[in-house]
Amino acid sequence: MSSSNPLAFEQAWQYSPAPESTDHIQLDERYGLFINGEFAPADSGQTFATINPATEKPLAQVADAGESDVDRAVTAAREAYENVWSPMPAAERGKYIFRIARALAERAREFAVIESLDGGKPIRESRDIDIPLASAHFFYYAGWADKLDYAFAGCQPSPLGVAAQVIPWNFPLLMAAWKIAPALAAGNTVVLKPAETTPLTALKLAELCQDVGLPAGVVNIVTGDGDTGAALLGHPGIDKVAFTGSTNVGRQIMRSLAGTGTPYTLELGGKAANIVFEDAPVDQAVEGIVNGIFFNQGHVCCAGSRLLVSEAIAEELLEKLKARIDTLIVGDPLDKNTDIGAINSAAQLARIEQYLDIGRGEGADFWQGANTPPETGYYCRPTLFTNVAQSNRVVQEEIFGPVLTVQTFRTFNEARDKANNTPYGLSGGVWTDKGARIFKMTSELRAGVVWANTFNKFDPTSPFGGYKESGVGREGGLHGLAAYLDLGRGMQS
Amino acid sequence: MTDLRLPDLSRVAPVDTVGVDERCARFRSRSIKKDAKIQGLKLTLSMIDLTTLEGADTPGKVRQLCAKAQHLHDRLPDLPNVAAVCVYPTMVAVAREALGDSGINVASVSTAFPSGQAPLQVKLDDTRAAVDAGADEIDMVIARGAFLAGDYQTVFDEIVAVKQACGDAHLKVILETGELGSLDRVKQASVLAIAAGADFIKTSTGKIQPAATMPVTLVMLQVIADHFRKTGRMVGMKPAGGISDAKLALHYLVMVNETLGPAWMNNTWFRFGASSLANDVLMQLVKQQTGHYQSADYFSKD
Repeated sequence: MSSSNPLAFEQAWQYSPAPESTDHIQLDERYGLFINGEFAPADSGQTFATINPATEKPLAQVADAGESDVDRAVTAAREAYENVWSPMPAAERGKYIFRIARALAERAREFAVIESLDGGKPIRESRDIDIPLASAHFFYYAGWADKLDYAFAGCQPSPLGVAAQVIPWNFPLLMAAWKIAPALAAGNTVVLKPAETTPLTALKLAELCQDVGLPAGVVNIVTGDGDTGAALLGHPGIDKVAFTGSTNVGRQIMRSLAGTGTPYTLELGGKAANIVFEDAPVDQAVEGIVNGIFFNQGHVCCAGSRLLVSEAIAEELLEKLKARIDTLIVGDPLDKNTDIGAINSAAQLARIEQYLDIGRGEGADFWQGANTPPETGYYCRPTLFTNVAQSNRVVQEEIFGPVLTVQTFRTFNEARDKANNTPYGLSGGVWTDKGARIFKMTSELRAGVVWANTFNKFDPTSPFGGYKESGVGREGGLHGLAAYLDLGRGMQS
Repeated sequence: MTDLRLPDLSRVAPVDTVGVDERCARFRSRSIKKDAKIQGLKLTLSMIDLTTLEGADTPGKVRQLCAKAQHLHDRLPDLPNVAAVCVYPTMVAVAREALGDSGINVASVSTAFPSGQAPLQVKLDDTRAAVDAGADEIDMVIARGAFLAGDYQTVFDEIVAVKQACGDAHLKVILETGELGSLDRVKQASVLAIAAGADFIKTSTGKIQPAATMPVTLVMLQVIADHFRKTGRMVGMKPAGGISDAKLALHYLVMVNETLGPAWMNNTWFRFGASSLANDVLMQLVKQQTGHYQSADYFSKD
């Protein structure tokens, strides 16, 4: 448990609290479902509370959509598709998407604060990454809206119809943008279900759609838990499924869609290897390891949760990594200096803690930083498991928290084989000064996204998706656009 | 001193510039407010090597600078003094006398500052003259020409010799990073200077652009951390040139705080080489106290 850092950061110059103001945001006590351009309660009248994980206090009551609500939403999306959105000239559709992008950029501060309140992520991330990137996705796809024939030369692209989209709680607004922007640009209408622990920014996005005058029914937001999601994805009136979430749920979706002919994209779990060779820029690799696993409290499907480090530099690197972890500030998500915020929910914290027990039970060496999380709220200190092997559960299973396993390797082939020896294949990282080794490793890793000498970098133009149990299909870039189109004669989507 | 050996610089781990820039951006995104800000600003004042290094320097000019060093802004109570006054060797005696028993050190540049293009004997004489005149600290320059030509042994031997000539005076070794061309070279030069016995490593003479930058300073701080982990010996750090506003100085302190920790957060181990930083810090301190900024005319310029 104790820190082994000779530089002793524990008594460092303490930064005074620098909380981002919440005066400028408006949250209602109650949110309805956003169907056909209007907010309305669920038919059942049921609601559930969405909690601020940093205070454990409710932020708002949100409607719990049942089957009849989902049916209304799909019907609204169908009517908007048939009568308004798909007949509309593509350039006009593009204008609406540009408006959403601009409005989101203009209201970035408000969205960032709500994202951090509802989900627990540090304001530094929601302000600098989530919201700007969400806006960038709308900007990027808006540009394609009237150029689809040129995006897929030789094809006759046409929209699919009503897209049913279910998104997770780790990047609530960003995932909504990843789903909605390409769907609308391709000429589809959508019904989107945000995660039950983080519905607020999707509902604010619904308000924003009203504000920019998006025609009713083009975007519909239904809130609820897994039952609502199942009702949506099982609805006979949908033409496309897009899901981001756990591999287990992804498997159920695949099973239920088998034989229906409904196209789907699934972004599922990951257990990415971050490989550090002996000639790596060590200090920057330490930084990349930290960004790889502690970004968004480790609630990242492409997190670099398995560190593979050359035995030649393992000791030095670990010493530096521990020193760096000691300087991370774990605390109030709204404080501008917070590096690691709150775990998204009590349930997720329990799950992470269960894995901490499993790891210790398996005999791994357990280390946590000298960080001091607040007393209330759901927090987990950044954690290392060293002295682990491929056969350990903490190495095999996705923990989805600030927990890094550390293994050593001796040769290139050993590193590659260990990296690939997992049912997942979403992302990976390579750290070396040698260009040829970067190319060799990146081409031999079976993972959808591989970063070299950096980690967790995202851009709307770059496709994102997994091998094996990490998913089916790609989001982002032209690949992400194709997933919302019937490409006609030339290509299969 | 005979046990000092030039390390194999080819074994120094490489530096990735993109990663260094990203880390520096994180330091700059720290929000320093209220008590932490006041603490940081006062700390900054106490770390300044108030500097004048002009061909036009005269005893009169140096005496005025020494007065400023001891009376930063007497209307504000509880201000620390600066750490040192930094001058050419010819001005050391004047500064020594003007500073009296204020506790402020006299630092002198030496070794044919700023170019370092002189025979070793001249550099050693230069250093001894400054020490004999009363310098507490010597800021030497490395032989960049020899370093860039790959003649590391010459650079190393010169530092060892100058360190010997310093006697009890502290030796700061100026790498002149603006002439080294890459962060890898900055790192190698830092490793070399520390191995040769530098008490401090320093970025720049202030005569070459770019002078101190956050990326260069971060790389040097990381070498200091590496050396401490390996040997337990602390080495000081002095970025110099181009740090003229308080906000930037606070970002440098954040960088020290999160790279080396609190043991380095004092003027024994960290200095700013600056001529105009003090007044901007004073302006910020007055603002913290009164709530508004005063015109520059309310702060003495010497």
